[in-house]
Amino acid sequence: MSADIISLSATELAAAIAAGELSAQEVFETYRSRSAADDCNAYTWLADTAPADIDQHTGPLAGVPLAVKDLFCTDGVPSQAGSKILADYRPPYTATVVTKLLDAGATLLGKTNQDEFAMGSSTETCAFGPVLNPWDRTRVPGGSSGGSAAAVAGGLAPWALGTDTGGSIRQPAAFCGLVGLKPTYGTCSRYGMIAFASSLDQAGTLTRDVKDAALLYAHMVGRDENDSTSLQHPEQMRVPSREDLRGIRIGVPESLLQTDSGFDAGVREAFERTLKLAEQLGATLEPCELPHAPHALAAYYIIAPAEASANLARFDGVRYGLRVAGDEDLTTMYSRTRAQGFGAEVKRRIMLGTYALSSGYYDAYYGTAQRVRTKVADDFRQAFDRFDFVATPTTPGVAFELGAKTADPLSMYLNDVWTVPMSLAGIPAISLPVGLSEGLPVGLQLAGPAFSENRLLDAAYALEQTIGFDGSSAREEVAA
Amino acid sequence: MPLRRRSLRIGCVLSPEQVNHVAQLARLELTESETEVMAGELSKVLGYIEQISELDLTGVEPTSHVIDLVNALRADVPHKSLPVAVALASAPEPVQGGFGVPSPGGTAE
Repeated sequence: MSADIISLSATELAAAIAAGELSAQEVFETYRSRSAADDCNAYTWLADTAPADIDQHTGPLAGVPLAVKDLFCTDGVPSQAGSKILADYRPPYTATVVTKLLDAGATLLGKTNQDEFAMGSSTETCAFGPVLNPWDRTRVPGGSSGGSAAAVAGGLAPWALGTDTGGSIRQPAAFCGLVGLKPTYGTCSRYGMIAFASSLDQAGTLTRDVKDAALLYAHMVGRDENDSTSLQHPEQMRVPSREDLRGIRIGVPESLLQTDSGFDAGVREAFERTLKLAEQLGATLEPCELPHAPHALAAYYIIAPAEASANLARFDGVRYGLRVAGDEDLTTMYSRTRAQGFGAEVKRRIMLGTYALSSGYYDAYYGTAQRVRTKVADDFRQAFDRFDFVATPTTPGVAFELGAKTADPLSMYLNDVWTVPMSLAGIPAISLPVGLSEGLPVGLQLAGPAFSENRLLDAAYALEQTIGFDGSSAREEVAA
Repeated sequence: MPLRRRSLRIGCVLSPEQVNHVAQLARLELTESETEVMAGELSKVLGYIEQISELDLTGVEPTSHVIDLVNALRADVPHKSLPVAVALASAPEPVQGGFGVPSPGGTAE
């Protein structure tokens, strides 16, 4: 029975529970015991038992367990954002998107490991040990939502919440053979998400298939009066059902793809094969120009650290979290607490951001980066006059080995070279598994204009049906 | 003060003194070896970042927020706040209904 439960998608689980074919209790315990037995370190906290009333949960997601990235605050449950400075922190409230999903009937299964404060592309910067990729446990799952990705790929959760600031959902989805949706900026509330870069942070989904992404996202969207940057999605989310791509125009930004010297041959082959499939399904393909996109990563590494340096000022040993005694005075207490509480990558980004915002440098760095951002967004607007979507591989390579890039921060940053432009523009993008290269998953990224999630999910669904990607082998290792 | 140059310089290299100054602004205590490593790493990242200084951005407005939103404030109506005990539950040093801290001016008493 438990093998059957693990083989079902979240959409199928919800239907089977609603029809009385499976009990919510049984589903929860199957996932919980598998997760407790697994050693890929996907979770930083796992529920001890199912809620006593789980079989009475109602709503469209009733009884479906949910894994939640650690940086979403959950009332009374550890929410540590992968950082020692928040070790054992239990917030007094719950993030809006989590509340919405629980209200729809979902059950909190556990909190997933992540790069510290979502700063990283490999889930190796967390204070609680690195996460292993279920496809190959000597490799990283990507990051920063690596625990969520590993949990779903390894069959330790039916689906998971992640956040994406510069690629933190799409890149781990690509590395773990999952569907990762980064929605339009603002369509999901950021209230209760421990902030990294507020103008870029966006909640989204890590799921096995496109239908699950649509179902989960449909219950996350909405304006929230606790987040003044949130907004109402102009469309009702629907279940994707499209089976062809007739009339769809796809732009391929060749000049952007040439910017990365590490473009893996197997990834390129899978990408080109998928574009041919899209043509067979009726899409038209043409090169498109995004002249400023190659500079997006440089601008991002000013904007995101600058915002992070301000956001992370709140971790000062006063109201919650770690405090390291500073005998002399308040400033010493701040500096020592932060020195011991933050890891190396977080310190690097705080320093970079503080430098970029410091007197005499503000306009040269932050001002210039914000102007580049305008140009990157303009490029996409112009592209979408001619095209429905822009397609790139999600990442230049497949999942790399643990430790391969930790010694060189810049080489780690370059992983996000094709996901960061969409983040700066605030537009939705999805990563879809399209095949394997050397036995490891490859992701295709499709990006559309703001609020185009329905069309994006439809197109991804049509491709998914034709590709028939099978992720079941990654779920086999755990003894049930 | 070392931090007074106003334009980007290609191949900008941060000195350990500049790193120390920024660390002070950021309230981060760095060891000597951390400062040295940080100077090298930040210089490398800044070297990459400075490619944007080659772009002609004359007359381009900066974007701080990608979606047009105006006055998205909630109604100014009082609502329930966290009870004091709950707000203080995670505090390292709760004192008389507030957050205790070391004296800003040095050793008190």
